[in-house]
Amino acid sequence: MNIKGVDQSKRQFLTTALTVVGAVGTGYLAVPFLAQMQPSAKAMAAGAPVEVDISKMESGQLIRVAWRGKPVWILNRTPQVLETLATLDPELRDPFSEESLQPESSKNPIRSIKPEVFVAVGLCTHLGCSPTFRPEVAPPDLGDKWKGGFFCPCHGSWFDLAGRVYRGVPAPTNLEIPPYRYITDTQLIIGESPEEASA
Amino acid sequence: MKPSRITECNEWFLARFPLTKLWNEHMAHYYAPKNFNFWYFFGSLALLVLVNQILTGIFLTMNYKPDAKLAFDSVEYIMRDVNWGWLIRYMHSTGSSAFFIVVYLHMFRGLLYGSFKHPRELIWIFGMLLFVALMAEAFMGYLLPWGQMSYWGAQVIISLFSAIPVIGDDLSLWLRGDYVVSDATLNRFFAFHVIAVPLALVMLVFLHIVALHEVGSNNPDGIEIKDSLDPWGHPVDGIPFHPYYTVKDLVGVGVFMLFFATVIFYMPEMGGYFLEHANFIPADPMKTPEHIAPVWYFTPFYAILRAIPDKFAGVIGMGGAIVVLFLLPWLDRSPVKSIRYRGGIYKKALMLFVISFLVLGYLGTQPATPTATIFARIFTAIYFGFFLLMPLYTRWEKTKPVPKSLTTVHSLEEQLPALIEEITILKPASTEIGHTAFKGSSFTRSPNPEGIKNLISRLVKNAIGSLD
Repeated sequence: MNIKGVDQSKRQFLTTALTVVGAVGTGYLAVPFLAQMQPSAKAMAAGAPVEVDISKMESGQLIRVAWRGKPVWILNRTPQVLETLATLDPELRDPFSEESLQPESSKNPIRSIKPEVFVAVGLCTHLGCSPTFRPEVAPPDLGDKWKGGFFCPCHGSWFDLAGRVYRGVPAPTNLEIPPYRYITDTQLIIGESPEEASA
Repeated sequence: MKPSRITECNEWFLARFPLTKLWNEHMAHYYAPKNFNFWYFFGSLALLVLVNQILTGIFLTMNYKPDAKLAFDSVEYIMRDVNWGWLIRYMHSTGSSAFFIVVYLHMFRGLLYGSFKHPRELIWIFGMLLFVALMAEAFMGYLLPWGQMSYWGAQVIISLFSAIPVIGDDLSLWLRGDYVVSDATLNRFFAFHVIAVPLALVMLVFLHIVALHEVGSNNPDGIEIKDSLDPWGHPVDGIPFHPYYTVKDLVGVGVFMLFFATVIFYMPEMGGYFLEHANFIPADPMKTPEHIAPVWYFTPFYAILRAIPDKFAGVIGMGGAIVVLFLLPWLDRSPVKSIRYRGGIYKKALMLFVISFLVLGYLGTQPATPTATIFARIFTAIYFGFFLLMPLYTRWEKTKPVPKSLTTVHSLEEQLPALIEEITILKPASTEIGHTAFKGSSFTRSPNPEGIKNLISRLVKNAIGSLD
């Protein structure tokens, strides 16, 4: 220590400098720990496309396949269903899927590439429950307004058979449509969009 | 005389570790107000339950497997094949519900007697952090059995984060470590549940108690006992925590254990409230159960979430219901602490708040029908009204004068003889029944309808009067 005592301003500078360097160091050190909680390479790889054969599907039948661990529905819609879908617009929040997630190829009122084959991620856009498939019209528990669709048991959201959300339910947007394309007339690949395939 | 070996050992130890000092500071010379009542059991009971959770948890990890393929079966293995595994698991699962019961009562005590008010704001903040950590601990623990309710509960709660604008989707992906709740999620929740959050809990308990022992305990009168000291510098109205309150708390522990054991042995699932029925089905990512509800201790907040018909606003409402509790010390502007000296408005407001909390808790367990949603909205408004209007009504209301030192309440034991005298009539024993064994007592007591009526009307009058 010199005769004049402590040089406070120098000490203050050194303390501040050390604090800043320490904070930056801590920040860098935190990166690997925080980043290791991201999906691992294996989890990303599990997001690989899934092939589905729909040649044996009957009219009105729904099948579930797992893609990225999520349920994906493939529904073979009947002509009556397609007729009903066209009449529902006034009751829907987003009938033309302006705010919803779907590949360009499915951005149409019936939300599919081929009208009868409907593909969607079976998770409610509210809080991620899997809605139940209720194709029947006006069942006693859902009332006369029910024209067939998907009903979420968790918080009561309504979707039609094109995965479009009704007004006045908690879900904010239509069901997500995954990217998918046809390899042949009866074979689907989920996880790849037609745009990707042509590119 | 030469000191004994034991004394020498003691001296060696105490020269190196301040055990006596610590003991005196926190137990033998820690002066607590002499008028602690029933509501003061729950702090020490919470500590007891924490110890129960840590001990049973350690033994459960010896047989549990944090793997999506093995988890469900390993829990069944604990229940069926591990020696006493069922008991240890039920102690743990019942313990989690008991933890919330005890903590809710402990927090209610704070609301009753103003324990959150100056100078104990920091104790309240640490306590609220403990509550949040406890909720995180319970939520993550509930995923581990990997049943249907575990799975879809976690799916819903993690999806809450996705409601946050901009970063929400990435945040929920980061929390899950996968695109859906999966093995990665289970594994990390296990890590958080058994090491990260318990460490935080223990450290927060330490901070909560250090802060408490610095300012001293509040009491049902809400008077600072440190304001009046005797010639030796001890509070006139204080008694050493040990032995007086250690013994009192032991009685509480005994009664608590009686209830705890009854639940463990006779109703470990508590009709689907402590362990939900759907959780006895293994997790199925393809199918949501028909009716999902969180465990009872989250239902009030869940009901608030559902009451608000917008995804993001619902999440804000649910978070706000907890955040607003942190602000309590600054929302309350009343000059007095204890409900005994507050005006009638606070008493009625607190009563409404308790009712709204219970009703929301019930509604959260039920399906969201339109009627239920309307009720949930009304009671959500009351819940928030209690806190947000507090700065107004606590300033308006007229408080009663606070005495200088603690008031003494006559114990039940002292009141009992007079009470018996009032509600019974003394009659000479009829000789016809004449039990030979009781010949010595020639009088019997029979109920006195007039006295009972008087007593009840007095109790009702007191109850009504105490609201003002």
